[in-house]
Amino acid sequence: MTPRRRRLLLVVGILAGVSLAGLLALRAFQDNVMFFFDPSQVAAGEAPSGERFRLGGMVRPGTVDRKSGSLDMAFVVTDFQHDVKVRYSGVVPDLFRENQGVIAHGRLEPDGVFVADEILAKHDENYMAPEVARSIKDKHGGVMPVNPDPASAGGGGAAAPQLPASTPVTRF
Amino acid sequence: MKEFFAMGGYAWFVWPSYLLTFLAVIANIVIARRSLAAAQAEARRRLAIAGEEG
Amino acid sequence: MDWTWFHRLASPPHVYRIAGTLTPWFAWPAGLLIVAALYGGLVLAPPDYQQGDGFRIIYVHAPTAWLSVMIYTTMAVAAAIGLIWRMKVAHAAAASCAGIGAWFTAASLVTGMLWGKPMWGTYWVWDPRLTAQLILLFLYLGYMGLRAGIEDTARADRASAVLAIVGVVNVPIIRFSVDWWNSIHQAPSVMKMDRPSMPADMLVPLLLMLLGFTLYFFAVLLVRLRAEILRRERSASWLREALSA
Repeated sequence: MTPRRRRLLLVVGILAGVSLAGLLALRAFQDNVMFFFDPSQVAAGEAPSGERFRLGGMVRPGTVDRKSGSLDMAFVVTDFQHDVKVRYSGVVPDLFRENQGVIAHGRLEPDGVFVADEILAKHDENYMAPEVARSIKDKHGGVMPVNPDPASAGGGGAAAPQLPASTPVTRF
Repeated sequence: MKEFFAMGGYAWFVWPSYLLTFLAVIANIVIARRSLAAAQAEARRRLAIAGEEG
Repeated sequence: MDWTWFHRLASPPHVYRIAGTLTPWFAWPAGLLIVAALYGGLVLAPPDYQQGDGFRIIYVHAPTAWLSVMIYTTMAVAAAIGLIWRMKVAHAAAASCAGIGAWFTAASLVTGMLWGKPMWGTYWVWDPRLTAQLILLFLYLGYMGLRAGIEDTARADRASAVLAIVGVVNVPIIRFSVDWWNSIHQAPSVMKMDRPSMPADMLVPLLLMLLGFTLYFFAVLLVRLRAEILRRERSASWLREALSA
């Protein structure tokens, strides 16, 4: 074996070793790396009970309930399989909207309501002009499809926004 | 024009990010050119010393 | 296959010379592309239907984030070549990458914070993507610190090369963090196998900006590489020739 070959194997060895170690470490910390839990994970009991965690999903349309004259509000977070009711008091970010991604930080109460003290908005990777968005919305009975691509969002229903088949629900 | 600089109310976030990015762009040009000029000056100095000795 | 071009890359005077010739060929297109992309991104592109004009931060955030990982990958590949083939020029190239990469990693973090505050509602969260990007900054700083801490250039080359290669595992973690774990960060709009998730009038300025920043990086890298080669060269034989040219 030439010295160069040995050095090549050394570099490959370092890469393989570090990748393996990284993979194992990430698997071990899987729960900590999870930035939020979706309603299905909460329903399956995967979210830490009695502890603070983040709940992520979509704001179900028509469920945002603001008490006039106060910052108190309630809404339902959904991943289109399970729902979790959220209570919150405070200011919400600009992008907090029905049918938009949301991440609530707080605690699940025994009555099944998630009481949040921090609300973050999550947006998706799709960008488009407002006029285009409006025309797509009109075509889909007033509901913005999650994927604005007119080809794949064809025939969107009125009740539930369509998720593209390739997109896992948790990523919304 | 005023509307352009207002960035739909996001001026406070949009303009600092552009400013900072182009600060990094210009800083790297300056750093690279200065570093090359310094290395060239240093090399000339070494050559001069070598010339005196040789 | 003719490998002479590869062996000539191992020759410092040759690389010093071609780096000087090539620099303007990267710098001028980079400047033109970035100016065109600024006009396209700030003036021609429509505001986003959700984020309004705030989305225009993408035209500086995406290129700086792209450079941060692209430069790291370049640095790790150069370090590996230097380690395996004992090529001094490759080590010099890796060393020249680090400073540039650290700047743009910092820029990507700050522009990301300025984008996160109005849209997500927070400057910073300990999200997998954001945390991995912060680790990238520490890898650059660690690499630079390690080089600065070792007096002997050959030893500094070898030690820092190992660090650069070890750290490269962070690159796929950054890229796929949004797919592997629930993250507040959105999935990529352009850097994916699928069609880009934005219309042409938003996409074209972004692509011009990404290309412009990439060419800009190589222009800056070539200048820094020449400085690094000069600094390392102890023999006077070709210095005279290089400086007179």
